[in-house]
Amino acid sequence: MSVIEVNHLTKYYGKARGIIDLSFQVEEGEIFGFIGPNGAGKSTTIRLLLSLIHPTSGSATIFGKDCIQYGPQLRREIGYLPSEVFYYDRMKVIDLLTYSASFYPQDSTLRMHELAEVMELEMNRRIEDLSYGNRKKVGIVQGLLHRPKLLFLDEPTAGLDPLMQRKTFQLIREENQRGVTVFFSSHILGEVQRMCNRVAIIREGRIVEIADIRTLQQNNYKKVRVDAANLDAAYFDMPGVTNLEQHDGAVRFFYKGDINAVMHKIGQIAVSDVTIEEPTLEEIFMHYYE
Amino acid sequence: MATNIFRQEFNMRLRSVITWSVAVVALIWIYGSLFSSFADQAELLNEMMANFPEQLLTAFGIKDVNLATVLGYFGFLFLFVQICLAIQAANYGFSLVSVEEREWTADFLLSKPVGRTRILTSKLFAALCGLAITDIVVWISSVAVVTLFKGDRTYEIKPLLLLLVSIVPFQLFFLSVGLVISLLVKRIRSVTPYAMALGFGMYVLSVFGDLLGESTLEKLTPFKHFEPNYILQKGAWDLPLVLISVAVIVIAVVGSYLLYTRRDIPAVV
Repeated sequence: MSVIEVNHLTKYYGKARGIIDLSFQVEEGEIFGFIGPNGAGKSTTIRLLLSLIHPTSGSATIFGKDCIQYGPQLRREIGYLPSEVFYYDRMKVIDLLTYSASFYPQDSTLRMHELAEVMELEMNRRIEDLSYGNRKKVGIVQGLLHRPKLLFLDEPTAGLDPLMQRKTFQLIREENQRGVTVFFSSHILGEVQRMCNRVAIIREGRIVEIADIRTLQQNNYKKVRVDAANLDAAYFDMPGVTNLEQHDGAVRFFYKGDINAVMHKIGQIAVSDVTIEEPTLEEIFMHYYE
Repeated sequence: MATNIFRQEFNMRLRSVITWSVAVVALIWIYGSLFSSFADQAELLNEMMANFPEQLLTAFGIKDVNLATVLGYFGFLFLFVQICLAIQAANYGFSLVSVEEREWTADFLLSKPVGRTRILTSKLFAALCGLAITDIVVWISSVAVVTLFKGDRTYEIKPLLLLLVSIVPFQLFFLSVGLVISLLVKRIRSVTPYAMALGFGMYVLSVFGDLLGESTLEKLTPFKHFEPNYILQKGAWDLPLVLISVAVIVIAVVGSYLLYTRRDIPAVV
């Protein structure tokens, strides 16, 4: 059973576009990447699924139930980390977390302290005194303390230092290994690449591609770099080659197609070095945005 | 109702409730303590008031009022109490939901497993409890001040009690109207100007109504529906006008629930 099922979901803010005709499924236990530039509609999608906003048309189900009609009940199993974290400023961290925990039937005190320790959170500080990164940490603890079965992470690592980013990823992976389904929205491709099983690419409110992260990398392009004396870039000008460029005696290009054709071509010249690698998501991504 | 939300909302508002209550009580005591000197020189006072322009007396609601009597003076004093209570209640109404959206805490609250109806009910109840505290304080100090400073003058207790009780629907009017307006607009950047505008606006409307002798204006403003002098002189509420207030409250509350459950919570852009 799909944990999230989105059917032709559309949202307009007046005349402004939010998202248009979005359809996808998120399966149980996967980390689903949701990637696109700022303003593409990532937060809109998450906020629709949490019924913070209402769709113009279309519908979505979570755990098989309509996300608006059964919203309050569904949200018992959902953890949410908003992209911008704001809390009641005058409260202390511990008070906010306790307040957050009080919405759930189970006792989350132990888990709360566990998480706070991992995230090195000072529980007795006032929220208004916290830096952006520290607020984000509060957000992470707050989103996880009730042991949700589904996690919505909206740009979870923005504002965190590298060490905390790593700890956050570690936490998310652990949750995922317990069987938690993760909806991971980001505009940083590297982290999606590291974390996710499948990824949806969203652009200007529409999904342009949903693919397994490996297929996305494998079936598409190879990044080729050839070092050779007196090499002319035009030599590699053949079908399937794009972004051909010459730089400091090296020729670089992307190739899509039968890899033997390129190997054959390379074999005919004396090269000093060759690298053929998977393009980063970033590079694939640019392709979708051209 | 969700008790945790109620407790949180109540605690967040407590400081404001105390501040308003102290301010209103101070107003009642300071004005009240001046009564005996007013009343002792009643003749001089009435002579002086006769020299004031009629419009000014109307504006302060003391035309045809004998300030030398206990209830005449209390009605004059109570107008200022009403203005304070109006602004306080309007303030709570405007901020009830909008504060979450202005400070972006709505995402936190609304992603919790509670429905919006329960959230709004809890918030309303917390605001009502805050207003109730102010009411109780106003009632106690009003009775205390009247008893303390009346000297050997007499007064009727029933009109006074009717006036004191009238602040409950009076506050509800401003609370509910503030709430429904805050849900009709897209976003409220600052609550105070809205609350002042609604509170003072309604007062000014009632003054204009008096000055112009215009009775349609009177129908709009709770300062007329619950006019202190009317209640104190007649010993009764002006029922048709009170019913207008009640109708407005009911419409505003029902409308607020409908609007809030359908509302799109704005996001940071």
